[in-house]
Amino acid sequence: MASHVIHALYTDDDVLMNAVKEAKKKHLHINEVYTPFPVHGLDKAMGLEPTRIAITSFMYGCVGLTVAILMMNFIMIEDWPQDIGGKPSFSYIENMPAFVPIMFELTVFFAAHLMVITFYMRSKLWPFKKAENPDVRTTDDHFLMEIDATGQDAQELADFLVSTGATEINLVANEE
Amino acid sequence: MDYKLSKNLKLTAFIFMAVGAILFAVDYVNLPKTTQEVAALEAAHGGGHGGGHEQTSHDTTTEGHGGDAHEVASAHGEGHAEGGHTMSKEEHLEHTLGEYQNKPWSAIYVAAFFFFMIALACLAFYAIQYASQAGWSPLVLRVMEGITAYLLPGSLIMFGLLLLSGLHVNHMFHWMDPALVEEGNEHYDKLIAGKSGYLNVPFFLIRAAIFIAGWNLYRYLALKFSKNQDEASDNRWHKKSFKAAAAFLVFFIYTESIMSWDWIMSLDPHWFSTLFGWYVFAGMMVCAITTIALVTMILKSQGYLEKVNDSHIHDLAKFMFAFSIFWTYLWFSQFMLIWYSNIPEEVTYYIQRIEDYNLPFFAMLGMNFIFPLLILMNSDFKRVNWFVVMAGIIILLGHYVDIFNMVMPGTVGKSWSFGFVEIGSLLFFLGLFIYVVFNSLTKRPLEPKNNPLIEESKHFHY
Repeated sequence: MASHVIHALYTDDDVLMNAVKEAKKKHLHINEVYTPFPVHGLDKAMGLEPTRIAITSFMYGCVGLTVAILMMNFIMIEDWPQDIGGKPSFSYIENMPAFVPIMFELTVFFAAHLMVITFYMRSKLWPFKKAENPDVRTTDDHFLMEIDATGQDAQELADFLVSTGATEINLVANEE
Repeated sequence: MDYKLSKNLKLTAFIFMAVGAILFAVDYVNLPKTTQEVAALEAAHGGGHGGGHEQTSHDTTTEGHGGDAHEVASAHGEGHAEGGHTMSKEEHLEHTLGEYQNKPWSAIYVAAFFFFMIALACLAFYAIQYASQAGWSPLVLRVMEGITAYLLPGSLIMFGLLLLSGLHVNHMFHWMDPALVEEGNEHYDKLIAGKSGYLNVPFFLIRAAIFIAGWNLYRYLALKFSKNQDEASDNRWHKKSFKAAAAFLVFFIYTESIMSWDWIMSLDPHWFSTLFGWYVFAGMMVCAITTIALVTMILKSQGYLEKVNDSHIHDLAKFMFAFSIFWTYLWFSQFMLIWYSNIPEEVTYYIQRIEDYNLPFFAMLGMNFIFPLLILMNSDFKRVNWFVVMAGIIILLGHYVDIFNMVMPGTVGKSWSFGFVEIGSLLFFLGLFIYVVFNSLTKRPLEPKNNPLIEESKHFHY
């Protein structure tokens, strides 16, 4: 049997939030929700796991800090020691305060950039990727909830979704 | 539900005060009172502090060029033509005795200032809530009002201490010595004389009086307005609170800055830092927010403030985290520029602290930066009460040490120790603070009524 999904469109984020909660109550499987802007609390209502990006951010920050320490040690102490402002570069620790801004900046740089790249990869976003968005109106003023309709009575589902405030309902056959 | 001051808490506060006073008295009796006693003490400690009298050349005995510069020269072990002033044995003993005489005063001063600044910064944080129309915080506004109750006694104690210094009862403020600004006097200090248009006792006390009056006036008005709003049928009083808060914040940020130069930076009268006001501000702010969080959790654990939820604690912990980072940022900005430029009149400040106050100087960084950074970084930890309490206690102790480091080197110098006078003063003012704060919390319902933002605060959810 071919798999089907139902696209239910909403025009208000509060209505959408309620619909998601109702659908969850009925143990429907929500594949995805497309919204024009981040809806606060939607992830919790959908039962998504908390993001782990903060942990990766911390690890990337540690990498950046390490890179900064090793880099400044190589540049300023080992490779080409200089006497700047009467502070000869004989040892790392004595010159450490001068390197703190670099340590800070590289920590932030690594954490921020690698975190964004991680987010792109995890969300399967890359250049020239075809948009997965099923309906362009969700980039404007519509909200779309995609529900797995395989093995379910489509009419019954549609009636339920209308009762939650959906303005439009489409039954779509998965092409895969 | 109205808060009732429990007997235990009252008793605890009084025990703190009594034990503090006893410890202070015990140690005070043992401090050397004459140069003979100083000599005996030094003999017992193996002859003198820091070794050699040249290093103890100090701004009380050097002239013109400024005593601090000599300390750099001697600290670097360089011969310095002008800094060649060598103290005689008598001068050294006299000088050290002066430091010991300052010790109990400085201990009181540090503790008094520490709790005073918590109340003052709490008032500023309270004003920020009104000025920014914050929706999350109305449930904890009464806690803040309670903490600011210490402002009046705290600021009057501070004024009393400054007045006693101005009357030369103690010699914490070196620049108050009239000999330094008298031309032709052997102790004439050109730098301090140049600042005497601003740094003179009458103007100093007038400034302090104006600041203290202004802060207390705002607190009086803010409490009156919030009391009236409780019984009001419209938002008239809330709007007045908003206007008063905005006006106070403008007044506060100028006066806080000047207060920090006057009351702390002038203890090292040759030294100056242009971001000192901000630095003190960041420290007092993080202490105030920590205190709000601690008092809120204490009240909640006793069954009050039932509407306050995890998210409120989370927000306060976020502020604790953020202001700890902000404090570190300012601390480092101040330190690095002075360290790198290495100008004698500036860098002595840190040389003295690193050489003579090494442990508190670096321990403070761990307590105020590394510890809160690691403990409070995780979002979930900010909702776990005992994590916040632990971080809060370390932060408060760390900032006490920070104030200690700001005050002691300029008044007590090398003769510092963390003894019973310091612990006693800290305990005494802690007891007083607890009593005043919790006693004032009993005066009014803990939940504001008719605050237009109270519903948002009750449903506040992160």
